[in-house]
Amino acid sequence: MTFRQLQRRFLLYMVVVVIALWVLVPLALIALAAFTPRLELYQWPRPVLPSGFSTATMSFFLRSYGTLTSLRNSALVALLTLGMTLAVGAPAGYAVARYVFRGREAFRIGILMTRMFPTSLLAIPLIVTFIRWQLYDTLIGVAFIHTAMALPFAVLITSGIFSGVPKELEEAAMTLGCSRLGAFVRVALPLALPGLAAAAMFTFVISWNEVFASAILTVRNRTLPAQVLTSLEVAPLDFRFAGGFFMIIPALIFMALARRYLFQMWGGAISER
Amino acid sequence: MPRTPALRSLASEKALPYWLILPTIAYVAVFFLVPVVQALLLAFRTQDGQWTTRFLVRMVQDIQFVSALRFTLLLLAIIVPLQLVTALFIALLVNTRFRGSRTFLYICAIPLGISDLAAGLIWFSLFTQHGYINSFLYGLGIIERPIFFLSAQNTGWVLGSIVLAEHWRATAIVLVILVAGLQMISRDYLEAAEVFGARSWQRLWHVTLPLLKPSLQSALIIRTILALQMFAVVVAMGGRMVPVLAGEAYYWYYLYRNTNVASAYALLLMVISALLAWGYLRFLRPREVRP
Amino acid sequence: MAEIRLEQVRKTFGRVVAVRDVDLTIEDGEFLVLLGPSGCGKTTTLRCIAGLERANRGRIFIGRRDVTGLPPARRGIAMVFQSYAVFPHMTVAQNIGFGLRMRHVPRRQIQKEVEEAAELLRIDELLQRYPAQLSGGQRQRVAVARAIVMKPQVLLMDEPLSNLDALLRLQMRAELKRLHREVGTTTVYVTHDQVEALSLGDRIAVMMDGTIVQLDHPSLVYDRPASTFVAGFIGTPPMNFLEATVAARDESVELVVGEFTLLVPALWRDQLKARTGQTVIVGIRAENITVHHGPVPGSLAATVLVSEPLGSQQLLTVQVGQDVLKVATAPEPLLAAGQTVGLTLVGQKLRLFDKETGKALPVPAPPPSEGGTQ
Ligand SMILES: Nc1ncnc2c1ncn2[C@@H]1O[C@H](COP(=O)(O)OP(=O)(O)O)[C@@H](O)[C@H]1O
Ligand SMILES: [Mg+2]
Repeated sequence: MTFRQLQRRFLLYMVVVVIALWVLVPLALIALAAFTPRLELYQWPRPVLPSGFSTATMSFFLRSYGTLTSLRNSALVALLTLGMTLAVGAPAGYAVARYVFRGREAFRIGILMTRMFPTSLLAIPLIVTFIRWQLYDTLIGVAFIHTAMALPFAVLITSGIFSGVPKELEEAAMTLGCSRLGAFVRVALPLALPGLAAAAMFTFVISWNEVFASAILTVRNRTLPAQVLTSLEVAPLDFRFAGGFFMIIPALIFMALARRYLFQMWGGAISER
Repeated sequence: MPRTPALRSLASEKALPYWLILPTIAYVAVFFLVPVVQALLLAFRTQDGQWTTRFLVRMVQDIQFVSALRFTLLLLAIIVPLQLVTALFIALLVNTRFRGSRTFLYICAIPLGISDLAAGLIWFSLFTQHGYINSFLYGLGIIERPIFFLSAQNTGWVLGSIVLAEHWRATAIVLVILVAGLQMISRDYLEAAEVFGARSWQRLWHVTLPLLKPSLQSALIIRTILALQMFAVVVAMGGRMVPVLAGEAYYWYYLYRNTNVASAYALLLMVISALLAWGYLRFLRPREVRP
Repeated sequence: MAEIRLEQVRKTFGRVVAVRDVDLTIEDGEFLVLLGPSGCGKTTTLRCIAGLERANRGRIFIGRRDVTGLPPARRGIAMVFQSYAVFPHMTVAQNIGFGLRMRHVPRRQIQKEVEEAAELLRIDELLQRYPAQLSGGQRQRVAVARAIVMKPQVLLMDEPLSNLDALLRLQMRAELKRLHREVGTTTVYVTHDQVEALSLGDRIAVMMDGTIVQLDHPSLVYDRPASTFVAGFIGTPPMNFLEATVAARDESVELVVGEFTLLVPALWRDQLKARTGQTVIVGIRAENITVHHGPVPGSLAATVLVSEPLGSQQLLTVQVGQDVLKVATAPEPLLAAGQTVGLTLVGQKLRLFDKETGKALPVPAPPPSEGGTQ
């Protein structure tokens, strides 16, 4: 390696490390804050590193009024959303991946467009509709709008997953005695399962993270982000830090598990490999 | 089996994809069309069914309206180009496939899974009065007393902090779209260009960027529309010190219980979104290139 | 085992007519090859037989049973796919036994039959492996074993050898032939490789643009192509074509090719006389041209443009007047570019085609005494 090459490589890794730190350091700091003894957070001058490890901040957050209920609500809403989104979206993803039919392209573009639509704003007019349908301040109501948000992504990602399972495999199963549905269940589904699990996680996180619509459509049955948002004005620092940290945990887990599928969700074209 | 079931199964085989997409279409129709119509009715009709522009006027004349519009567009104008450039830089870096580039990409994509509210709180913990930045500056001996980054007197600082937080949080989306786009560009094109003597800048300018245009376009649209809805980051860091349109929509309902004006805000945002998306599609139309 | 009959089968994709009103009867136990260039509708025809595509029109019978409306599972077929379509989430044994499991065959028997099939294809060592741990050739064998274990009435294969390297292809070709001899299932085999077709087929159906343009024994397809299309598609190198004008002189008929004239063998005489003054296309295969190093009376003077030594023969590209011909000759002596040689054509191997339609003029029955050369 020449000196110039060495120099360039050094520069490259410098840049890479700086960018990586830019992403990681704030995450580390919020974690640090969440485990700093509560009183220390209010001191001035405040040392960057806490004097000791303390779970007091976290337990204060978790024991605050409404937190645990909202946590449960968030999980319920996210599960409902996940179920509805996959039930509605996965068949469409399968159709787009497998069949050439008139209107397929229009459908695909329509989905890409809805992905760009500011869906959460629909929560405002939905207040009135939901009151009429008796869905206002219900978890299922929130799950309905979260499903609307997650649906385009679910269609895109599942179609990416199913087009990664060659059509011939299902056809082979059919020539070997399976029905259309049998071929799907015995061949396509098992092969698509890891991808579908990732899609499920995406959906879960979309719902878990959503704050605007949840805050607008609920009063007593708040989800965790809605609960944190509406208590911001009165919440002490430690509550905010602990809340911020707590909300990102599932996100971090899911990113680690499903990173391979990020590209199907956000890539412009629906094709694997 | 007699003849007729055969014909019927032929029909059903053709119809199957339509049955499969039907639930999605039905869902979208109900959950997009119903609220959009409802928003129009709320914004332009009184309780007793009279058409009116009263709510629109009320929205526009509100003291917060002009500054909310201004801040929203200002944040948009700063954040979107900044993110596009950063994401493109990182994407090209990743695309050189250096050792460890996959891990690097994964790290850069992490904020994608983080909610805007959590991101706002993370950056709040940095910028608040006793936050990390102040502690750090004090530790270095640069300051004696904490700087009030997030105060109403310091709109500039607040704005800057919001830009940083939003840049940290949402560049990942642009990055992932661009990396996906870059992966679809066959390396053969670049190698061909190299064989014909194109230097790396020329390859970037004449080969990579033109082929990436569809992805750039879609990243731009998605990012712009998400930035228009910016809400929780702003609220977490500055409350209502820096008002934005989505925040106003929220407060008009949350504080004043006025669904009419809130709907007017929502509609305004949808219209701006649609106009910007249309503009991008119209003026950034990629020429028919299929890699 | 069964006969297959296609009656007026038509399949369209939007505006593309992939299969155009095909009539075809494949006899019980026959090995029929569907041969044609890419995109001519071979795969679609096969998939119509399999039931993976529904024909827009026409009927399909397998063993006298009308299967037109039946799903693949109920047609008594088995298929080997071009991509093999071996299930990646199942072991080799599970792959081969899949169809039998669908039929609810008892476990014990499945195991026995799987082992037999694996033995037949020499993959009995691999039964517990997953496809990812197999080579392309081994996967191909799994696909074949999975099909024959079903003891189907009809075996369908879509370019099963096209993803293998040249040597393996040669080997597998012989194995498929052996397999067919042993199992004797009616087989429809799709390929675009004419060598495969010639070596495997009991009969070859040559397809073009969704229609079968010739259906014959391999030697007849080679020797008596029905049209310039078939003649140009089959054989390496493909048949040479020359445009010639028919001229009558006295009793005999001549074919005028540029500045040369060819004397027509006696058997063609009557047919050509009727075409006096018209243009026909003369076809002759490379190996039916004799090369003379010295001057021979009545030969065509030709200049060697390229000479390619191919081991067992040498392939010449020569110029005769305005035309370029391919000629196969003995490997020795090696000719050099620029050399002049004399050519004579083996008369009874001449084939004549109508210039407008490209159709072959019917080859007349040879008279008891063979006509001379040239
Ligand atoms: N699923 C399909 N959709 C649209 N066109 C198709 C489809 N399958 C085949 N075709 C078209 O039908 C014609 C015949 O295709 P095919 O039967 O696959 O040809 P071959 O196997 O001889 O190469 C081609 O023009 C091809 O483009
Ligand atoms: Mg084919």
